[in-house]
Amino acid sequence: MFTYYLDLARRSLRRNVALTVLMIVAIAFGVGASMTTLTVLHVLSVDPIPRKSRDLYFVQLDPQKANSYKPGEPPPEQVTRADAEALVRAGKADRQAMMTGGNAAIEPERAGLVPFFADGRWTSSEFFAMFDVPFIAGGPWTAEDDAHAARIAVIARALAEKLFGATDVVGKTIRVEGTELRIAGVIDTWRPTPHFYDLNTDVYGKGEQLFVPFSTSRELKLSRSGSMDCFDQSPEPEAVGAPCVWLQLWVELDSTAKASAYRELLTHYSEDQKAAGRFERAPNVRLRDVRDWLDFKEVVPRDVRLQTWIALGFLLVCLINTVGLLLTKFLRRSVEIGVRRALGASKRSIFLQLLVEAGTIGLAGGALGLGLAWLGLWVVRHQPTPYAELAALDLPMLAATFALAVITSLLAGLLPAWRGCQVTPAIQLKSH
Amino acid sequence: MLVMKDVSKVYRTEMVETHAVRDLTLEASEGEFVSITGPSGSGKTTFLNIAGLLEELTGGEYRLDGVDVKQLDDRARSRLRNEKIGFVFQSFNLIPDLNLFDNVDVPLRYRRLTRGERGKRIERALERVGLASRTRHFPAELSGGQQQRVAIARAIAGDPKLLLADEPTGNLDSQMAREVMQLLEELNAQGTLVVIVTHDPEIAARAQRNIHIVDGVAADLERGPSLVRPTRAAAQPSVA
Repeated sequence: MFTYYLDLARRSLRRNVALTVLMIVAIAFGVGASMTTLTVLHVLSVDPIPRKSRDLYFVQLDPQKANSYKPGEPPPEQVTRADAEALVRAGKADRQAMMTGGNAAIEPERAGLVPFFADGRWTSSEFFAMFDVPFIAGGPWTAEDDAHAARIAVIARALAEKLFGATDVVGKTIRVEGTELRIAGVIDTWRPTPHFYDLNTDVYGKGEQLFVPFSTSRELKLSRSGSMDCFDQSPEPEAVGAPCVWLQLWVELDSTAKASAYRELLTHYSEDQKAAGRFERAPNVRLRDVRDWLDFKEVVPRDVRLQTWIALGFLLVCLINTVGLLLTKFLRRSVEIGVRRALGASKRSIFLQLLVEAGTIGLAGGALGLGLAWLGLWVVRHQPTPYAELAALDLPMLAATFALAVITSLLAGLLPAWRGCQVTPAIQLKSH
Repeated sequence: MLVMKDVSKVYRTEMVETHAVRDLTLEASEGEFVSITGPSGSGKTTFLNIAGLLEELTGGEYRLDGVDVKQLDDRARSRLRNEKIGFVFQSFNLIPDLNLFDNVDVPLRYRRLTRGERGKRIERALERVGLASRTRHFPAELSGGQQQRVAIARAIAGDPKLLLADEPTGNLDSQMAREVMQLLEELNAQGTLVVIVTHDPEIAARAQRNIHIVDGVAADLERGPSLVRPTRAAAQPSVA
């Protein structure tokens, strides 16, 4: 019967082309606008590391002066070098990594290549295992390399291909700011979006090309990027004892019990530091997992959420319009419905027939809506927003577009189809 | 075939209660030709709608081919209607954007017959009404008489035991009306119970039995009140 209903829908839709087009366009605009904003929201709110986002925690401590304390104030978003190094050295979590962003001049040996700057990350050895960084050759450096500020590096595939024309370059050296660093590993293209582990740099950027042990970066005085906040005078803000917060500290804890224990450890650590005279405030610590951290940092801009709600509201208006148009269309066919009922169609058959017709309109609206969403995203990609280039329909969103269109039109068709199947055949057949 | 006992139909609104059919008792068998007459608004069409399972009865009992229709839900009523009853309407009620083949196909679709079986039945039905050569024509391309013949083809395609016709000649000229009546009589001669609602005394006279309905009360003009029991309060004067 489904193919029969499809055929009837096709005939019915051809009967009044203007009305059909109006309904398809109404659904298409609603779906197009909704999918444009939903896609942007989806891209911005996607979990950057779904397998581990509940196991990775961002550490916050409060080493600031007591006199500037405001009750309820959250701790700074980064930690001092002294605290980061102490907590990494303590190794109380399953894994821990301290880090900062930076950039460094690369001097290629390859003929025809001029020196250039590459974005980098100065971190500790467990960074790679913690964040599931995919290696295509070699592996990360060791804790011993961290301890001895070894002249070692991990580079990204793009940098390896640029410098050597190959990715199997483990053991070769790369000249960074005048120093030769041995390549320990090459990672595949890796671009967690958003750039959750350091939101001080480009949140939707392409990721780093060069990874160097933090200790090495300090010895080589590689430049750092991101924010730094000093709560006291300091001639050397990057020094170990400087009163400046500028490093991100992440820990991996695979259970909530471990997370609670680690939170307690941070509290004790703060108390110890206060007792030692380094900290002045009462312990004020936070341990947020990836999702909480992204929520706290409001990574998804409020205006994107607002636009999504507005677009969904627009879809609702389109839906209500379509309900009205379908109701008119179906009730105008009361005589035909009456005839079909007299000839043996049950109410259910009529309901399904009309619903298939509504669904057909939805599919057509979905196809057009997909085009409009594609156009909308093209417009977004040409806006001066940091996430512009990410705004594209992926397969799930493509499927979601059609699902939204069909569900919308089926919802729009429910009431009209129900009213249609309730037509009293006796009245229609006599009054015609 | 058709057994009604004390059937009544009441339309209720907040203000008014209208008795469209009162205590109607009737039996009709296969092969009978029954005409229903009466003034406008007397309840003829309501009776036809009840007989055709398009309206539910308010009271009484109705058995169609042995099935108590009061017990049936919408799907079962629809199936019974599809299998046992054919309808012919005054306004033909063909679906304008379906060609003759597809119009005749409508009741067969709901019976879920195979494509081949449906095709055979449609061709046979259209041949029967003399329109086999015009299967791809649309209703608007036919005269009124031809449209009514298509409607008859649609009604008989499913081999119904009961054919209900509501003023089938009302929109036709006398020549076409004669042709349509001849067709109905042929069907009746083959054993189909034909019940026809008409205002036309000439057509009523061609039926074996005439049920006359006035104010919802029926009387059998040919066989007397034994088969059609009028209401307790009225209808005696209309019984011949």
